[in-house]
Amino acid sequence: MSIRQAMLAILEQGPMYGYQLRAEFEQRTGETWPLNIGQVYTTLTRLERDGLVEVVESEAEATTGRKVAGHGGVGEPLGPDRTHVSYRATEAGRSEVSEWFATPVPRSQPARDELAIKLAIAVTLPGVDVGTIIQRQRSATMTALQDYTRLKRSGRAATPTVPEDLAWSLVLDSLVFDAEAEVRWLDHCESRLRRAAAEQKAAHDDTHGSPDGGVR
Amino acid sequence: MNAVLHLAAVSRVHGAGATEVHALRSVTFRAHPGELVAVMGPSGSGKSTLLTLAGGLDAPTAGSVWIEGTDLASLDNAGRARMRRTSVGYVFQDFNLIPALTAAENVALPRELDGEKGKIARRLALTALEEVGIVDLADRFPDEMSGGQQQRVAIARAIVGERRLILADEPTGALDTDTGEEILRLLRARCDAGAAGVMVTHEARHAAWADRVVFLRDGVVVDETGADEPEALLAGEAGR
Ligand SMILES: Nc1ncnc2c1ncn2[C@@H]1O[C@H](COP(=O)(O)OP(=O)(O)OP(=O)(O)O)[C@@H](O)[C@H]1O
Ligand SMILES: [Mg+2]
Repeated sequence: MSIRQAMLAILEQGPMYGYQLRAEFEQRTGETWPLNIGQVYTTLTRLERDGLVEVVESEAEATTGRKVAGHGGVGEPLGPDRTHVSYRATEAGRSEVSEWFATPVPRSQPARDELAIKLAIAVTLPGVDVGTIIQRQRSATMTALQDYTRLKRSGRAATPTVPEDLAWSLVLDSLVFDAEAEVRWLDHCESRLRRAAAEQKAAHDDTHGSPDGGVR
Repeated sequence: MNAVLHLAAVSRVHGAGATEVHALRSVTFRAHPGELVAVMGPSGSGKSTLLTLAGGLDAPTAGSVWIEGTDLASLDNAGRARMRRTSVGYVFQDFNLIPALTAAENVALPRELDGEKGKIARRLALTALEEVGIVDLADRFPDEMSGGQQQRVAIARAIVGERRLILADEPTGALDTDTGEEILRLLRARCDAGAAGVMVTHEARHAAWADRVVFLRDGVVVDETGADEPEALLAGEAGR
């Protein structure tokens, strides 16, 4: 899972508290993939278990054992107060990061795509208006695309001054290109379906001897 | 707020009888000051037809086209031509620059045709070229410029002298991502400054710069995103 590696990679900059780590992550990615703080600490705990990060000793250690209040919600299994503990990457952690950067993200198993699945099912079911599904989706995706574009042309993504801003604007571009690809795919589905319907109709008219001007 | 452009139940039929083509079927469409509208749709869906009707380059077979409250059908040819030169800026897909004229002369032409003195027309042209970032190329001829630069000249010509309605047919057509985005930035800035813009594009990424996206199919508006009520626009709530 990439969040684990991303966190580890950010930790290469130096020791950080969980909150700092989350802030650094969001500095680069906006609120595209929000991290809840419980998740951050759970991940850090696992990284620690696997020997990829280690706790940095500090005087904040004294507060260990206090109950967590107000952070990350009630009932999260943080155990002792981990919010005052900072972490740094170990040697093993560093090599995991290098490995991550050196290896392409696998595409062999495409992420589950709800829209593709929805259409794949819809086209096979009688009585489902696929045209309307496509149209609604296209409007919704187009609206999202407008929102991303608005973010891109204003705010810190529009005039990046630090690398983190540039990172954020590139993440926005990624969202833009994804949404654009989806719109194109929907256009494509629509025209394929129309063509299929027209061919089916022609075949039907052939066998049944189309009366002149049978259409419209 | 009054629409700068209003197409009221506009239809355009080409030919007659068996070869009849319904390029647009009773389309109603408005563009308001400060608004950039994108028109998308498959090839042959009527996008260019909509734009040429809006610009008074073609006349509807039914319905009416209003620009700033004037019904184009009420104007004679001279009146329509004048409207095109003074109120409407048109960016053609293939730039349509005149090869024998420099960038500045191309941009100044509509103003000169409208009776502006040469010197003043040139000054306006330089201002427009400045706005699109190529004032240093003012004295070059079209064949001495890249596609992106020519497209900027075409845009400068469309915006010269406070035109209130800007119509652009695939203005980013053959341009790379960065140059295309630069053109959109210009159109956007012009609309933010109060003009109404209508842009035909087949790229969703470019349409996303608009406040509203209209989808055409077979001459009919089938869908629309971000359709703010004109009242909301008036109240300044449309910025989102
Ligand atoms: N002068 C004409 N005579 C006959 N038919 C025409 C004429 N101009 C356009 N059409 C038809 O009207 C329909 C709409 O054409 P239009 O040029 O508006 O499409 P478009 O959406 O701009 O397509 P594209 O994306 O290919 O530019 C098409 O079927 C076209 O063949
Ligand atoms: Mg066209």
